[in-house]
Amino acid sequence: MTEKLHAYVDKLKAKDPSWVGEVTDAFGEVTAIVPAASIVDVCSFLKNDQGFDMLADLCGADRGPEEDPRFEVNYHLFSTVHHSRLRLKVLVSEDAPSVPTVAYLWKTANWHERETYDLVGVKFEGHPDLRRILLPSDFDGHALRKDYPLRGYEPYSLN
Amino acid sequence: MGLENTLFESLPDVVTVKLDAVINWARKSSLWPATFGLACCAIEMMNSVSARNDLSRFGAETFRASPRQADVMIVSGRVSRKMAPVLRRIYDQMPEPKWVISMGACATSGGVFDNYAIVQGVDKIVPVDIYVPGCPPRPEMLVHAIMMLQDKIMKESVKDRRDTYEPESRVSRVPGTMPVTEGTALEREWEARVENEDAARPYSVPSKHEKRRSS
Repeated sequence: MTEKLHAYVDKLKAKDPSWVGEVTDAFGEVTAIVPAASIVDVCSFLKNDQGFDMLADLCGADRGPEEDPRFEVNYHLFSTVHHSRLRLKVLVSEDAPSVPTVAYLWKTANWHERETYDLVGVKFEGHPDLRRILLPSDFDGHALRKDYPLRGYEPYSLN
Repeated sequence: MGLENTLFESLPDVVTVKLDAVINWARKSSLWPATFGLACCAIEMMNSVSARNDLSRFGAETFRASPRQADVMIVSGRVSRKMAPVLRRIYDQMPEPKWVISMGACATSGGVFDNYAIVQGVDKIVPVDIYVPGCPPRPEMLVHAIMMLQDKIMKESVKDRRDTYEPESRVSRVPGTMPVTEGTALEREWEARVENEDAARPYSVPSKHEKRRSS
């Protein structure tokens, strides 16, 4: 069922073995872990040469303060040409939460990366306009981190 | 027939009456709410003007899309922190006299959303005249709130709505410089201007209206 998807991962490996780390296959979906430094090259190859022309979603996740690496950024690619889906995953440490931007490949990544920065706190290097998108600009902290208190850092008051 | 005949028999040609009574009667009989639907309470608000509940029986059915033409703001739903400056701005754009109805548990106290994203009660941003409990309140409750507001308007006096002198009145802001336009050159300009002011958040500055209320 997922042979077709593994074929794309194999093409990635053939292109450059350092591009792909661990590959997991679950529920008919294939996830490849990609080092942060090569995510732009991988996305560019998949988009321009392999027909993955749509970035269906880009989202961040916090695995918890005790995990290392703590954050992950997931890229859900979809091909409108051959109708297959592939997930790329970049693991980011808490000390330097930073990933190169793919906003120049897919326009939609602009706002998705802003959302990830806003709520999880992962910075995207080279992003054209990296500022908060959902929360107010004077907000303190990143709300979807596991250690973020429900009511925020300060007792909320407009006085 | 009818009223025309009996009126002139029982009343003189000229009637003296308190000015407050006439003005308040005119104001309360034609309340124009601003359309400000924020969440599910707005569905009940729409229902209150529909055929079954028919808010127009009490003279308040003309919902206006422009705050310039409205005099009641019905805050129906939860107000997020990001929406707070927008709400305050719409309130500031409404001409005097103006009133605010806080509709539902979320607008009144934050409701179940006791978290970082939601303002814990809209009265932190604008002065509220009538609170309507419920989650959401039934349309009848909103109609009742309008009627209570009309009773409240009848107790007002025109004298209370005179302008206060300049030092007491609210410092007006240049349009487009509120945090709504965050990240723009206008905001940086505004931040540079208010850097040393205590009131860094413009919606925390009380309006003339609020000064009167608290005094």
